[in-house]
Amino acid sequence: MTEIGLGHYLTLGAVIFSIGIIGIFLNRKNIIVILMSIELILLAVNINLVAFSIYLGDLAGQVFTLFILTVAAAEAAIGLAIIVVYFRNSGTIRVEEIDELKG
Amino acid sequence: MIAHAIFFYTFSLIAVVSAIMVTASKNTVHSVFFLILDFISISCLFIMIGAEFLGMIMLIVYVGAVAVLFLFVVMMLNVAQQKNQWFSGQATSKHIPVGLIISTLIFFEIIIVIGGWKYKPEIFDINNSLAYTSVSNTHSLGQILYTDYIHVFQISGMILLVAMVGAIVLTFRQRSGVKKQSYIKQISRERAEGVEVLEVQSNKGVKIDD
Repeated sequence: MTEIGLGHYLTLGAVIFSIGIIGIFLNRKNIIVILMSIELILLAVNINLVAFSIYLGDLAGQVFTLFILTVAAAEAAIGLAIIVVYFRNSGTIRVEEIDELKG
Repeated sequence: MIAHAIFFYTFSLIAVVSAIMVTASKNTVHSVFFLILDFISISCLFIMIGAEFLGMIMLIVYVGAVAVLFLFVVMMLNVAQQKNQWFSGQATSKHIPVGLIISTLIFFEIIIVIGGWKYKPEIFDINNSLAYTSVSNTHSLGQILYTDYIHVFQISGMILLVAMVGAIVLTFRQRSGVKKQSYIKQISRERAEGVEVLEVQSNKGVKIDD
């Protein structure tokens, strides 16, 4: 138990990934929390990549984590801009009421 | 080694609990604060495992930029009053079992893959890893980031540029009734629309209507 290995970090990544997916499914009120759950999922992927990179002694994992961070920041900016525009046009960002595509 | 274990369990417990609170919290502002706590504890884990540069970048990018962006949007849209509950309303009830089943399935799949994976123990030995080399983490990351991965690095810069332009274009709006300086209108003025020559009669003056 006291020897922290690769499996511990991968398990932590799996737990946070699952919590992010639960957040996407169970949250039906507020679309901003869904964006935050997507950030949690990306964070779990980053944990996996960094743990593998350290334990394998290969820096490529950390470089890819840097790029995932870039894409996550861009995605958050665009997503929040879309939410702001949608709120300006329709006055709500509740997930139940965003049903114009009838999906 | 025991200190490593204590720190790992502490930070990962904080990370998991705050991740749960992000999805379960009733107030959206509280969710953003728990997201910040989650990022901070994960970056502490990164620094502890030996990826100092990524830990610091996580602090700067996520806590300093992304989470503050979330906070700004939450305050701007005034959604703090829209309570954010799991178990209220008819529309939520049919999604809860589906979400729980899918997420537990994904969790156990990943756990099975991690647990049933065989590897040579000397490959994953922490003692011959990057943490014990003489070159620092930031130095070695910079050495391969600007040589081997230079094209990917520039493409990520392009992605950031496109995201910036997209966010500005999406949220830009032209309001009517606001007086603005238009230099095209100023430099394309003709003499005919600016100056008028009048015959002024004696004792009558000129009436200017504007």
